[in-house]
Amino acid sequence: MGQKSVESASGNPDNAGAVDQLVADWSSDREAFKGVSWGKSMMWIFLLSDTFVFGTFLTGYMTVRMSTTVAWPNPSEVFALTIGGTELPLILIAIMTFVLISSSGTMAMAVNMGYQRKPKQAAYLMLATAVLGAMFVSMQVFEWTKLIHEGVRPWANPFGAPQFGSTFFMITGFHGLHVTAGVIYLTVVATKVLKGHYEKSGDYQVVEITGLYWHFVDLVWVFIFAFFYLW
Amino acid sequence: MVEHEDEQSDDENHEPTSFLTKYVWSQDHKVIAVQYSLTAIAIGLVALVLSWLMRMQLGFPGALEFIDEDAYYQYATMHGMIMVIYLLTAIFLGGFGNYLIPLMVGARDMVFPYLNMLSYWVYLLAVIVLTASFFVPGGPTGAGWTLYPPQSILQGTPGYEWGIILMLTSLVIFIVAFTMGGLNYVTTILQARARGMTLMRMPLTVWGIFIATFMGLLAFPALFVSGVMLLLDRVIGTSFFVPEIISLGDPLAYGGGSPLLFQHLFWFFGHPEVYIVALPAFGIVSDLLSVHARKNIFGYRMMVWALLAIGVLSFIVWAHHMYVSGMDPAFGFFFAITTLIIAVPTAIKVYNWVLTLWRADIHMTVPMLFSLSFILTFVFGGLTGLFLGNVVVDVPLSDTYFVVAHFHMVMGVAPIMIVFGAIYHWYPKITGRMLHGAMGQIHFWVTFLGTYAIYFPMHYLGFVGVPRRYYSYDEIDFIPESAHDLNAAITVAALIVGAAQLLFLYNVFWSLRKGEKAPANPWKATSLEWQTPQTPPAHGNWGKELPVVHRWAYDYSVPGAEEDYLPQNMPRQPFEKSGAHDPHDDKPVTDLQESDK
Ligand code: HEM
Ligand SMILES: [Cu+2]
Repeated sequence: MGQKSVESASGNPDNAGAVDQLVADWSSDREAFKGVSWGKSMMWIFLLSDTFVFGTFLTGYMTVRMSTTVAWPNPSEVFALTIGGTELPLILIAIMTFVLISSSGTMAMAVNMGYQRKPKQAAYLMLATAVLGAMFVSMQVFEWTKLIHEGVRPWANPFGAPQFGSTFFMITGFHGLHVTAGVIYLTVVATKVLKGHYEKSGDYQVVEITGLYWHFVDLVWVFIFAFFYLW
Repeated sequence: MVEHEDEQSDDENHEPTSFLTKYVWSQDHKVIAVQYSLTAIAIGLVALVLSWLMRMQLGFPGALEFIDEDAYYQYATMHGMIMVIYLLTAIFLGGFGNYLIPLMVGARDMVFPYLNMLSYWVYLLAVIVLTASFFVPGGPTGAGWTLYPPQSILQGTPGYEWGIILMLTSLVIFIVAFTMGGLNYVTTILQARARGMTLMRMPLTVWGIFIATFMGLLAFPALFVSGVMLLLDRVIGTSFFVPEIISLGDPLAYGGGSPLLFQHLFWFFGHPEVYIVALPAFGIVSDLLSVHARKNIFGYRMMVWALLAIGVLSFIVWAHHMYVSGMDPAFGFFFAITTLIIAVPTAIKVYNWVLTLWRADIHMTVPMLFSLSFILTFVFGGLTGLFLGNVVVDVPLSDTYFVVAHFHMVMGVAPIMIVFGAIYHWYPKITGRMLHGAMGQIHFWVTFLGTYAIYFPMHYLGFVGVPRRYYSYDEIDFIPESAHDLNAAITVAALIVGAAQLLFLYNVFWSLRKGEKAPANPWKATSLEWQTPQTPPAHGNWGKELPVVHRWAYDYSVPGAEEDYLPQNMPRQPFEKSGAHDPHDDKPVTDLQESDK
């Protein structure tokens, strides 16, 4: 950002402890997060708000699961796939989770490349992330189709409590929308990076901002995974 | 969020020229603020008219024949929801927040003007969807503004066909709009302040709006989620909130849901919402008092910490709205305690306002009158809140007119008083004209005395047990005759208060052309928005040079000063001894400014 802060000139940042530094930053003028761009701080605040959205969804899920009068189906059975004659519990979801976590890896590498000012590499890694994200969504579509074929609906469920279907479709659907939006977002930013949109300023922070969103969506998945498939 | 223009440099401040880009598709925070406010006032007028209609039915039952039971519930629901969300939330954050934040922290605009513009248009869409529910078959929902399921989505509640669907859709859209705006306000305050503008030098108005917005970003998600779930229950037949129900002998297609869950989610949003409209009012009233009493605000730092404490605490008191809901009584104990604790920081604020007035040079301007009435009304409503916070007191009073009186005092009238005070205060900056003083005085006195005439007797009605949300009391024996007379008197007062608001609107439009020309700083105020080179401020707010801040916003009646106030951007004067007022005097911020340039 290149603006020298008024406050940091007054103390010696090297000697100050982390707490002192924090206090100094927050009591300084202009910005509370030194050197953090507007876009990045806004993304952080947005993610905080979105955490509350998912937190509420999951709290609702837990409450409904406890209050419902019909037994909850056993996830290991509902989410099993039969491959080559053997029933493998949770196999699809394991692959999906693996794919999504891997995409966080490629994303992190993209951010690194961005800061090294290697736009080509950064853009390709972002596109790879987007492809992994798209794979995740398609597997989710597959899972939904399978469940729907077996008769699970948002309002009905042959395996037990209908709320299982309601919460499952609602929450994985909402998360899937986030992933889909992320794929689009990644593609747009990657295209801009490839076109040299940020060459003039040399500032590739936008890659990191996209990454923040992407990691967040992955992290949320870990919670959904734990609550739906392992509980 | 994809566009990524970082901190604006001065030369890319192209000013829009055509009428459309300047006043309609504008990205200027000042224009967006006016758009937000006018839309909020317009829909607020609808809510006002609905309150007249309700009052007519209560005071003179049957006088207006088109008001039947269903219509009454629909009016009450729409009135409550519009007032709380579409008027107060929108005008405080979208209106005043938009106008004041960049000007008061010394920025050229919000950090992402395009997003800010979108926020307004999406808000307008939410208002249109809401208004549309008046015209669909079955009319708007009559579920009460709390929209409790199961009744809100079941047959028998007016508007169950379309009204409830449109209401929920509109709320979801509103939350999207609020999020776009709110992210902008918070980021602007945190990351785009002027040189020398530390957080602890910000006017309390900015602090109040900041914390309220932040709370909104954390509280609206609960409404969003419960809205989506209720919508799914209604539209595709899930049963999140609806238990097994036998209706007229037939079981409904629902089962296994939890109505209490909705109440928890709703009030997890609903209680912070009370403070989302109160905190901006707290902030603004602090500044109005200080300016019009020519005295620094008492205990500035304490005021900031109290705002923060209220903000945090308000997330753990929500179930005081649910004492009669059948939840575990142990919860009631916990929530009663937190509710009483939150009164402590609130009381600190009231003391500090009063101490600010202590031996001050009080100018009885219209904004000052409204500020004083705010303190009175807020204390009044707050005290009855302390009563209702206790389970044993709340149980008999719950759902009576005592509650109606309480929440109208504390979150209806008090914040509205500040909306008016703020409009009288900042109108000269926004339009370049003064509002007509005599009309303002009449508006104030009728509104102030009138609202007491309306709500004071309602406490009594509550004590004798008159229930709220009733269309008619004719056949209820225990209600004494005097209560009916009282209801008629309240209605007369409500109509008079309503008429006074029309006078206010007339004043606003009349003064736009005929009002006395306003000087740049008519109230001799210190904060930055009064120091702009032009009035009204031009696009980009500050001309070529951004302001540099040297002091806090409360240097009034400083001994030795030529004028009785020192604007925030005035460098330290020779006569000022160090440590006078500025909470930052121990830090060399000011002195470094010049050398650093
Ligand atoms: C002159 C001004 C006003 C009058 C005469 C008025 C009158 C009324 C009346 C008659 C009711 C229905 C009570 C019942 O049947 O239970 C009501 C409900 C309500 N009002 Fe107001 N009101 C006014 C201003 C406001 C304001 C400024 C707010 C903003 C917070 C507000 C918020 C509410 C709410 C939340 C409800 C509850 C609706 C429900 O029961 O679902 N009112 N008002
Ligand atoms: Cu509350």
